[in-house]
Amino acid sequence: MTNSTLRGKLGIYLVSAFLLAAQPFLVGGFLGNSWVRIIDFALLYIMLALGLNIVVGFAGLLDMGYIAFYAVGAYTYGLLSSPQFGLHLPFYITIPLGAVCAACFGLLLGTPVLRLKGDYLAIVTLGFGEIIRIFMNNLNQPVNITNGPQGVNLIDPIHLGGLTLGKTMEIGSLSLPVVYLHYYLFLALSVLVVILATRLQRSRIGRAWVALREDDIAAAAMGINIRNIKLLAFALGALSGGIAGGLFASFQGFISPESFGLMESIMILAMVVLGGMGHIPGVVLGAVVLTIAPEILRDTIGPMQMSTFGRMIVDPENARQLLFGLALVVMMLVRPAGMWPSKRRALEFSDAKAKARAQKG
Amino acid sequence: MAEVLLKIEGINKRFGGLQALSGVNLEIPKGAIYGLIGPNGAGKTTLFNVLTGLYMPDEGSFTFDGHDLFRAKPHKVVAAGIARTFQNIRLFSEMTALENVMVGRHIKSRAGALGAVLRDPRTRAEEAAIREKAWELLEYVGITDVADDLARNLSYGHQRRLEIARALATEPKLLALDEPAAGMNPRETDDLKHLMSKIRDGGVTILLIEHDVKLVMGLCDRIAVLDYGKRIAEGVPETVRKDPKVIEAYLGVAHE
Repeated sequence: MTNSTLRGKLGIYLVSAFLLAAQPFLVGGFLGNSWVRIIDFALLYIMLALGLNIVVGFAGLLDMGYIAFYAVGAYTYGLLSSPQFGLHLPFYITIPLGAVCAACFGLLLGTPVLRLKGDYLAIVTLGFGEIIRIFMNNLNQPVNITNGPQGVNLIDPIHLGGLTLGKTMEIGSLSLPVVYLHYYLFLALSVLVVILATRLQRSRIGRAWVALREDDIAAAAMGINIRNIKLLAFALGALSGGIAGGLFASFQGFISPESFGLMESIMILAMVVLGGMGHIPGVVLGAVVLTIAPEILRDTIGPMQMSTFGRMIVDPENARQLLFGLALVVMMLVRPAGMWPSKRRALEFSDAKAKARAQKG
Repeated sequence: MAEVLLKIEGINKRFGGLQALSGVNLEIPKGAIYGLIGPNGAGKTTLFNVLTGLYMPDEGSFTFDGHDLFRAKPHKVVAAGIARTFQNIRLFSEMTALENVMVGRHIKSRAGALGAVLRDPRTRAEEAAIREKAWELLEYVGITDVADDLARNLSYGHQRRLEIARALATEPKLLALDEPAAGMNPRETDDLKHLMSKIRDGGVTILLIEHDVKLVMGLCDRIAVLDYGKRIAEGVPETVRKDPKVIEAYLGVAHE
């Protein structure tokens, strides 16, 4: 690498680091703190999408019940740091514990589906996701564990000694609202997950996953233990989901089974596919766009109708769903490899197109 | 005969009502190029798949270099030292040629998820060694010029060579090649022949399934002939060539 490109790269890193650090102040200042909150959620979804990307993007295992691991992480935190059982364990125990629990659930899901592929795998994992949600919904009797559909309330915010992320922090003349504090925490963890995912991808394990995705029989013939490598993908994917779940519980202060429905699983899968399966920057972009775009639509559809027609013609909520669905369909038609695919996949899709054209002509 | 590397006895394999292999015996001496021939549907590839753990045999015994591999999983078979290629090339098509061979090093390296994440010096050294070894193997089969091309974009002959390089990456004692010359032109076949001799001279025993009888006769030290799932002949090429049963299997029996 020449000196000038190195300097250029360093410059880009510094600028983006500065922008990321200043983001809550910029967004909060111009658009209000509710938008900072949305960005906090985008960061949670980045962690989720990157976790799912390990399973779907790297190892090629279509998992439709990924939200279950988010739920496991969230409930682990929620039950151990809330008045539900009167336990108030610190976050440095509950969040890792939630991640480990989620990974165990990953193994629990992975084991019975080892022989399944494609559509069949999708259906079983979808069922698994629903089972977890229904369990959370019904584990309020005979012994009340999850408090059922009412959910767990008054969950402790993350705190250490006198420091808490649960209320505005004053540092000198600087005041940092709750959403800002969580922004920095989530940002740090998202960066960590990005680094972990990148390192995994460029390793012996990452290669084994891709080999499994490309041709499982040839992978086995190369001495890869298919069972172990699949379970590892499920467990590590779930781990990231579990961490995000714990953060979600602490951030919201309230969790209920409603947050962990099938739509959420599909949404995370859409982030991975739409962003660019297997490509980490693409998946991050997918998570950000799919979290923020619906919110922008929510804010603009109503006023737009009022200003053009003078009245509401379509209910904004319906119109939002409609436009969002339409955007997904158009995206898949125009850019089937995703918004930001890896160079390799982009090539693969354009090759396939050229081939199809050649056959037609 | 030289030391026996692979010994299978009485291998039976049924698919529903079809007896694909019945009581097949095979003894492959160390350091040989061993040919396995037979008409279409004779059970050659089935035997191959049984040998490499893709199919579970119903009965029989299977010992390789002191390991009992009866009903062993594919990765155990590879660990014991049998590597294979496939009749209808099975490369990892979205990986580069170099990466394909690097996957072949999986069994000879150890770094786990933790090593990948921490990227400690040992993992990095191992990764560099994997890359170097893979490059050497590409050199060995003569396709370094396409190292960074996706496997799917390689020419047919290159893909065959890459598959052999990938199999060699597992450092096998026995390399099993399933019709490697299929679809090759005479020049490519000739090159392949040289490559196989080179591999054998490097100390790797070769089991070769081939349709091309001429290639097998010219190259192999011993030959076994399968027909309808049974071994009908075995021996050095000259005797097998003259065996009436073999002639019958290939040319059909004359009706008086």
